[in-house]
Amino acid sequence: MDWLLEADGVGQKLGVMLVAILLFVVVMGLILFFVDRPKNTPRWVVVTAFTGPAVLLIAFGLLYPGIKTIRDSFYNRTSDVFVGFDNYVTAFTQDEFQIVLRNTAIWVILVPIAATLLGLIYAVVVDRSRFEKFAKTLIFMPMAISMVGASIIWKFMYEYKPASRPQIGLLNQTLVWLGLEPQKFLLDAPMNTFWLIVVMIWIQAGFAMTILAAAIRAIPDDVVEAARLDGVNGLELFRHITVPSIRPALVVVLTTIAIGTLKVFDIVRTMTGGRFETSVIANEFYTQALRQGDTGLGSALAVILFVLVVPIIIYNVRQLRKTEEIR
Amino acid sequence: MSQAVPTTPDIDAPEGSRGDDTKAPRRTRSDKAARRLTSKPASIIAICLAVLWTIPTFGLFVTSFRPPTEIRSSGWWTSFFSTDYTLDNYSDALFSGSTSFASYFINSIVITLPAVVMPITIALLAAYAFAWIDFKGRTFLFVAVFALQVVPIQVTLVPLLTQYVDWGIAGSFWPIWLSHTIFALPLAIFLLHNFMKDIPRELVEAARVDGAGHVKIFFVVLMPLLVPAIAAFGIFQFLWVWNDLLVALTFGSAKDVAPMTVRLAELSGSRGASWHLLPAGAFISMIVPVAVFLGLQRYFVRGLLAGSVKG
Repeated sequence: MDWLLEADGVGQKLGVMLVAILLFVVVMGLILFFVDRPKNTPRWVVVTAFTGPAVLLIAFGLLYPGIKTIRDSFYNRTSDVFVGFDNYVTAFTQDEFQIVLRNTAIWVILVPIAATLLGLIYAVVVDRSRFEKFAKTLIFMPMAISMVGASIIWKFMYEYKPASRPQIGLLNQTLVWLGLEPQKFLLDAPMNTFWLIVVMIWIQAGFAMTILAAAIRAIPDDVVEAARLDGVNGLELFRHITVPSIRPALVVVLTTIAIGTLKVFDIVRTMTGGRFETSVIANEFYTQALRQGDTGLGSALAVILFVLVVPIIIYNVRQLRKTEEIR
Repeated sequence: MSQAVPTTPDIDAPEGSRGDDTKAPRRTRSDKAARRLTSKPASIIAICLAVLWTIPTFGLFVTSFRPPTEIRSSGWWTSFFSTDYTLDNYSDALFSGSTSFASYFINSIVITLPAVVMPITIALLAAYAFAWIDFKGRTFLFVAVFALQVVPIQVTLVPLLTQYVDWGIAGSFWPIWLSHTIFALPLAIFLLHNFMKDIPRELVEAARVDGAGHVKIFFVVLMPLLVPAIAAFGIFQFLWVWNDLLVALTFGSAKDVAPMTVRLAELSGSRGASWHLLPAGAFISMIVPVAVFLGLQRYFVRGLLAGSVKG
């Protein structure tokens, strides 16, 4: 049965996959079969059968590891000596980690605002255009691509060659065409963080556009018409009618992108690996916990991430609830 | 959370079904004319932005068809004057020993399918119990499951990895499947529960009066109505797993199980001999999600909205 754990070759891998799915179906089927067998199964048996697998998995995979990580964050790198808040002190005071925190702050401020703004402009413009569907699809496409794929796309955009040689990257070529010096976009701190941020904005603007366009479309026509009759012009209409009407959607978009940005890992990992002062908390967690083997510090970084994400999610969920009630 | 999102965006709504005739019958002819007038500059801006947004992807796409020496020595925009395109990069990327993306592609498939089927099935059962069976502590349990959505997966990785190593299953597909299943559950349960709650109570009651058991109600009455919800979540989960890097890197960085994203990220960090295969490799990995996206746009957006807070 070794091949179940060490599948080698296409056939075996697909075989393992089928076995896993079949095994799963059989187990689930058996559970359901026995629950339904006698007509009057006690209720607790039914409930356990239905919720048991999910509750068990969540307890094992989310609850227990979460508590374990919080505990580990107060222990040393091999989690056997209690060190109090030392890991947190390191994370907040050492120079290299201060850069990480600074970068995370820049990401989480810039990305949501820029992506939402672009998405909003685009939603307004595209609503009046003829190629609406086509244009929207193009803008939205980066959402479907993996962040790894997006990073590779942009790595080629940022590619640098010395001025004496022909450029490979379009951005540097544009600089050369304009008569400027080519830049090492990904190497020169602190600007390289901004170039990484551009990739995230590129991905998220489509998401913002989609939701905001739908919200704009939901504004009642008579409101817009009444304003028009009162002689309100385009820009005023946008400021006094459109933006207030879609405020809840704006908040949802901003917070959702902020959550995604806090946890951004793939882009930094793929483009710079966190070197050249570009690391963020989510990437530094990976480096410390899984590459450097410093469980204590890694756990502390994960907990910091957790603490930063929770209030935004709570706010987001509340906002969603509110818009639900209004509707 | 699609229930709670204010508006259902369908970016693929056909032009005719827009507010013009259905939602606002009162729209006047002059208003329509005004709309048409504003459309020209707006159209131009829209097209410009869309083109700008697509250039990076398009550039890499063109690059992926260029001969290796040219990829390393000149920009893709110069290739329009010398039409020297080749498919060699794709065959090299897929089958040559240095990259062999074909085997990583298989890994991606092997990882993704069970990681979609398992959480949906488990979540359907749990959601059914939370929605239609009365039991003590139901509300508490449901709120607890929902609240655990806020746990970022980073918090769980190290203890989980330790556990898998203890069990001796680290390095196989099992930890990856198990982890993706676990991480998907809170959201899946929450979503499917909301959809189940929307199904009229009389339908379920009627089936109960007829003597149907839970299993029968579940499969005969509820399942057909749940197809759109399952599709939306299924597509979201499919893309999430297919595009994931963090989970795969943590539990499956070994060559035998690593998916495409892991290999691409690794190759992107090196400047080795197969660097020129990166564009082709990237497109091989993108084909699947882009096809899903173009084919099932409506579900895709719904799923994306629903999953946007996922950890």
